[in-house]
Amino acid sequence: MSASPPGVLAAALAERLGQRARWRPIEIAFWVAAVASVFLLPGKHIILAEIAILALFALSLDLILGYAGIISLGHAAFFGFGAYCAGLFAKHHLINEPVLALGAAGLAAAALGFVTSFLVLRGSDLTRLMVTLGVALMLREIANRFDELTGGADGLQGVGIAPVLGSFAFDITGHVAYVYALAVLAILLVLARRLVHSPFGLSLRSVKGNALRASAIGIPVNARLVAIYTVAAAYAGIAGALLTQTTAFCSLDVFSFERSADLLLVLIIGGTGYLYGGLIGAVIFKLMQDWLATMTPQYWQFWIGLLLVAIVLVGRERMSRWLDAARGLVRLR
Amino acid sequence: MPFALETVGLSRHFGGISAVGDVSLRVETGARHALIGPNGAGKTTLINLLTGVLDPSAGTIQLEGRDITHLAPHRRVGLGLARTFQINQLFGDFTPLETIGLAVSERLGHGGDWLRVAGSRLGLNQDIAGLLEKFHLVDVMHERVSTLPYGKQRLLEIALAVACRPRVLLLDEPAAGVPEEDRHEILASVAALPEDVTVLFIEHDMDLVFSFARRISVLVNGSLFTEGSPEEVARDPRVKAVYLGEEAVDG
Amino acid sequence: MLTILFDGIAYGMLLFVLASGLAVTLGLMNFINLAHGAFAMAGGYAAVVLVNKLGWPFFAALPLAFVIPALAGLLLERTLYRHVYTRPHLDQVLFTIGLVFMSVAATDWVMGSQQVFVQLPRALEGRFEVGGVGIGRYRLMIIVLCGLLTIALQFALARTRFGSRLRAAVDDPRTAQGLGIPVNAVFSVTFAVGSGLAGLGGALGVEVLGLDPHFPLKFMIYFLIVVAVGGTSSITGPFLAAIVLGIGDVAGKYYMPKLGAFAIYTIMIVVLILRPQGLFSRAPGR
Repeated sequence: MSASPPGVLAAALAERLGQRARWRPIEIAFWVAAVASVFLLPGKHIILAEIAILALFALSLDLILGYAGIISLGHAAFFGFGAYCAGLFAKHHLINEPVLALGAAGLAAAALGFVTSFLVLRGSDLTRLMVTLGVALMLREIANRFDELTGGADGLQGVGIAPVLGSFAFDITGHVAYVYALAVLAILLVLARRLVHSPFGLSLRSVKGNALRASAIGIPVNARLVAIYTVAAAYAGIAGALLTQTTAFCSLDVFSFERSADLLLVLIIGGTGYLYGGLIGAVIFKLMQDWLATMTPQYWQFWIGLLLVAIVLVGRERMSRWLDAARGLVRLR
Repeated sequence: MPFALETVGLSRHFGGISAVGDVSLRVETGARHALIGPNGAGKTTLINLLTGVLDPSAGTIQLEGRDITHLAPHRRVGLGLARTFQINQLFGDFTPLETIGLAVSERLGHGGDWLRVAGSRLGLNQDIAGLLEKFHLVDVMHERVSTLPYGKQRLLEIALAVACRPRVLLLDEPAAGVPEEDRHEILASVAALPEDVTVLFIEHDMDLVFSFARRISVLVNGSLFTEGSPEEVARDPRVKAVYLGEEAVDG
Repeated sequence: MLTILFDGIAYGMLLFVLASGLAVTLGLMNFINLAHGAFAMAGGYAAVVLVNKLGWPFFAALPLAFVIPALAGLLLERTLYRHVYTRPHLDQVLFTIGLVFMSVAATDWVMGSQQVFVQLPRALEGRFEVGGVGIGRYRLMIIVLCGLLTIALQFALARTRFGSRLRAAVDDPRTAQGLGIPVNAVFSVTFAVGSGLAGLGGALGVEVLGLDPHFPLKFMIYFLIVVAVGGTSSITGPFLAAIVLGIGDVAGKYYMPKLGAFAIYTIMIVVLILRPQGLFSRAPGR
């Protein structure tokens, strides 16, 4: 028998349950480093902006893969949809201000995620792979065929992006682009943190762990999956919109299978299920890509493939144990 | 007054095989009702039909007079029907605290809250604390469920169902596989369930059945074979024959 | 109209032979092999090299288009794939995408990125008319050949000792092992034959589907649809799914040049809404 009366215990529980949600020193250090890079690496802002966008995209995948166990071969569908939405908003002056356009593109991608989630929820991993891949390919085909609207294979040309909040115009050094992308990433990460540490987040983890039992304690499994899939789609759409806004261009390859597959690699490098995996993975992936692309620009996909095979053969479990050991030293988790 | 749980002509076929056939079962409010029968009699299938894991091929299910035949599993839980599983179905990387917290918060309708940090409601936490104490889980409440000894996992399995605060509780072999020294904890926790909670349970352990049940239904080959008080069932030579038959085959 | 039906059936049968190996490994063994198309590509390039560069007759090259990918499949199964059979689906997905990327880049490096063609024998070129229906000689050959292969496959799975051993090994590997079935060997042979069939399909498909290093990526969705829409309980389901897909794709592209490419996605979505477990699955929710 425990000695503590329920009241005391209850207060201890609140303490304990809330603990996961607290900001850790290493997290704060991560953001300090990110902010410092704005001032210390002015020459690298273009690639840093790319990293921030990829990180946001990977964060989006982590929400469904790491927290809900949904494997997607076509997460680029939402990225691309957001990218084209932002491009079209700007090109046709529907929404000029970038932050508003970003939000609108996110909502549009969320709507797409909501609708397709009902297809994704049906059936096994196999049907999920088929549907996610199929939806991305279908959108690519739509963008390709309706070229009077999208520019088809030439991409969406003539996208002029207005200054952010009416006062910060995008510049050639990528300075505004990086600060903008980093700010969006930070805000959405804080939101995602809230989400995964909430009762909703806990219930998602339970669905991933054992959907049968989750439904047996009254959790509406499908509704939760629809919700997180929709949120993840919004995140991906915002990442895509950021790409369009920071490059003033978007083309069919925003939907490509390679983009979805690379994203899986990004997330696996960093680790799933703790939000920062996508961010860390994005940094490593981009640096690696940069380095490999200077060595073998044409065949770098080979090395990506080799890396994927090696990761699986070594074992993600073993890798994450190494990472855990490393994290144990710095207490990230 | 309606029955706590009532089925009419409930059936389930798999391909050409009938796993549960034409079962009409009535469980009275507040009952301690045991469901016994030889292996493969369809007991677990029946529980899966009652809780909505499986759809019936025919027949209806009523919970306190309300038709729940086609409700989704989680909706049935919301109406006061909870269950345990014969083989533990727990969340391996949760702690018992998180496990119980999850169920309590879901029951109170907070499971969809997405902007609030889990654990920030004190009333809810008292509920959780009470359950952890009652099921002797306080000392292990921060450990990963997958690392707990089997007896503790079994307690958590039952505590998780009770955390849904059911009015009808279905227990699928609560004592199955529990080592002798932990059995009394399981039995005591089952015995301590509130009187107004209706309990329908499957069990092979006849000591437990006869010490706990006030009514017994015998299921054989997917159909109700007989039903009565423990004394009646114990005296029924046909029931003995069914079980002896099984032992003869097993032996 | 009938000509389109004919072309669609030929296309569908080709898809089936291409995907049949996957239907077995994925459908029966529940192993997600997204690299299946790489074996088809290997068969295709084997045929192209043998016929165009070495001057072999087309029909002489076909057996090798089967044997080479089959051996490659056997080798990979023995060395790599078997470590991944029992892993989570995510690992299988990552692993096989890795293989796809490697095969694409390697093929690009060796063979170049341009689309290649294969020199067909004169007898297979052109069309003839039967009752107003234009029949392509090459496609007729595909239908006959693939039809025979389908029957042979169905027979092998349903009637032979090997087929029953495979089904036993899939149902319960441990028990099968206990009964003296060499489970690992059965899986290896199955995988090799599946890869070989893909290779043969790849060789036959050069003329119809085109061939370039991106083949495994381009046709991944077709393979997935054939298996997922067909259902995983038998070989008949994927066969019918492949035919439906073939006819749908050909007819769609013919009647609606602009929207025809969406035919396959429409089929996928409609089937998924109506029959989430696939067109021809027996027990729902296995």
